[in-house]
Amino acid sequence: MSRSFFAKHPSVLIFIAVLAIFTIMVTLASDAYGFGWLSTSYIKTLGKTLSLCLVALAMDLIWGYAGILTLGHMAFFALGGYLIGMWLMYARTEEIVVQALAHGGLPATPEEISQGIASQIFGVVGTSDLPAIWSFAYSLPLQLALALAVPGLLALVFGWLAFRSRVTGVYLSILTQAMTLALALYLYQNDSGLRGNNGLSGLQNLPGLTETSQDLVSIWFFWASALALGLGYLTLAWAVSGKFGSVIRAIRDDEARVRFLGYPVELYKLFLFTLTALIAALAGVLYYPQAGIINPAELAPIASIYLAVWVAIGGRGRLYGAVIGAAFVSLLSSVFTSGRLPNIPLGPVWLSWVDWWLVLLGAAFVAVTLFAPKGISGVFDRYQRIAPPDRKGAPLGPADGSLQKQEAQA
Amino acid sequence: MSALLEVSGISVSFDGFRAINNLSFSIGPAELRAIIGPNGAGKTTFMDIVTGKTRPDQGTITFGERAVSLLGMSEARIAREGIGRKFQRPTVFEDQSVQDNLLLALKAARSPWCVLIWKPKASDLARVQVLAHEVGLADQLQRKSGELSHGQKQWLEIAMLLAQEPRLLLVDEPAAGMTPSEREQTTSLLVSLAKTRAVVVVEHDMDFVRRLNCRVTVLHEGAVLAEGSLDHVTRDQQVISVYLGRG
Ligand SMILES: Nc1ncnc2c1ncn2[C@@H]1O[C@H](COP(=O)(O)OP(=O)(O)O)[C@@H](O)[C@H]1O
Ligand SMILES: [Mg+2]
Repeated sequence: MSRSFFAKHPSVLIFIAVLAIFTIMVTLASDAYGFGWLSTSYIKTLGKTLSLCLVALAMDLIWGYAGILTLGHMAFFALGGYLIGMWLMYARTEEIVVQALAHGGLPATPEEISQGIASQIFGVVGTSDLPAIWSFAYSLPLQLALALAVPGLLALVFGWLAFRSRVTGVYLSILTQAMTLALALYLYQNDSGLRGNNGLSGLQNLPGLTETSQDLVSIWFFWASALALGLGYLTLAWAVSGKFGSVIRAIRDDEARVRFLGYPVELYKLFLFTLTALIAALAGVLYYPQAGIINPAELAPIASIYLAVWVAIGGRGRLYGAVIGAAFVSLLSSVFTSGRLPNIPLGPVWLSWVDWWLVLLGAAFVAVTLFAPKGISGVFDRYQRIAPPDRKGAPLGPADGSLQKQEAQA
Repeated sequence: MSALLEVSGISVSFDGFRAINNLSFSIGPAELRAIIGPNGAGKTTFMDIVTGKTRPDQGTITFGERAVSLLGMSEARIAREGIGRKFQRPTVFEDQSVQDNLLLALKAARSPWCVLIWKPKASDLARVQVLAHEVGLADQLQRKSGELSHGQKQWLEIAMLLAQEPRLLLVDEPAAGMTPSEREQTTSLLVSLAKTRAVVVVEHDMDFVRRLNCRVTVLHEGAVLAEGSLDHVTRDQQVISVYLGRG
């Protein structure tokens, strides 16, 4: 990444600078390293928001740039969360079990420990056996690798099946919705091995750091999320700035033509689908320890639709647009759904923000789609005077005096 | 001289309608050929089959010295083998600059990972400059191609084809929407291109075909009706009755 890259794309430098300043300001306002103006739970909200911005980046790459409207990427996000959650829960429970057994005087045997862990974790679903999918949950490196490998592999297989048979457009959207729904339904079952609808909880407690306060942990995760977002932004901005970006935008606009130029379009789509799934999984790994809990509702089809709404509102085809959209809408959403806004009396009924927020969001989405297809980043475009040619809707015809098709056939 | 492209006995049906009927066709490595025929004769479908967009129900297609079969290859694979195609309507990527369009077409590795790390070398940019100059777009390189006029888009697409360095060029109705002087330029370009590669031109306009001064294949109802010089085929009684006779 040379200096000329930043010179050609000043928005990248601006983004990184804004992100850095934001991170420093939040750190200074935190309990752990600053003046304590922001509560720990708010720091967690901000950290979670940054990880959501990272998934939005992935969504923008695949939808905004390549035109593939996938509505299933929050499934990869949640899978990443589940897989890291398994380690968090296992290792934490192990500590507790070892401590509890130590009171007996004799050191506990490995069997006793694993028995204890299994019954602790799976008591709620009525079993006390550790399912096979928890075989690697004892090891952070292994489980971290799985947190990327499993969503990546799922995306690879799913994408291969879908793109190989040239499923495109709304059919692909529906197929990805079906994928995330199917996964959610599977996870709801108690015998899926992931505690059914209870999901995994207590993920905010880091194993080995029992004594460390959440004030510190929250800011660490905030930093990690900011770092991941910054690196993700740099990588993707670099990727779309060159010929790769040119090819995927061409695929968005006319994929048949791209094929006749010799580009393996399906391979590009598969590559993008898997890459963005990996980014989503990484974001999930950062998000759920801050959320503290994950359950199958996180894979509900609506979650992935929200993701598309964020990107649409922020502005498709602009990386900063995706980040702005995700941050803006998800922060606003947390305000509206917090239940702290006063309800407004409307005669016989009350306007409850918690209920009406979704309607508001839906209306905003429709309005953006109709009136501002470039979303919030359209404002920046106007500022930079990037404007589409104004042809008043008419295509540019043949040059003056050229032979029209009719004449040619005569 | 052995043929570069050898198509033999292909047929294709759409819902029972035989669009191509036992068609055979071959062209040498440096040859110009015009294909004419009434609307619906199957000219575009023929190109669709050669470029892999449509699968024939039967027949064989081989390409190159080693006579590799094109059947079963994807469109992208066939394009990489060295077959370039220009569509009836100009199809350039309107959202991207003329230079980006040309860089996209420029002969280079096509896989995602190669493209990701690919950077234009000075020679690539120079080649783009030369190509743009050849088609009169040298001072338009930074313009969005969506802003070009219809004729300029045709030229840009031709330049993109050249950038691909194909060994066989399939050109569908290149003259539509061009001014008379642009048409003349196009004919001379096609003639000079055919000195080093095979070029197949589908065209309606007889004056245009006459200026190409090459062998002509007449297509009718999905099969070859006649083949030879323009004068030869226009004297053919069958050709006159099915095609030229209609005026
Ligand atoms: N995809 C398709 N489905 C059904 N019919 C088709 C299809 N493509 C072409 N045809 C038919 O095949 C015939 C040949 O079409 P085409 O190759 O476009 O003719 P030309 O280019 O010579 O005018 C026409 O009758 C057309 O209607
Ligand atoms: Mg046609």
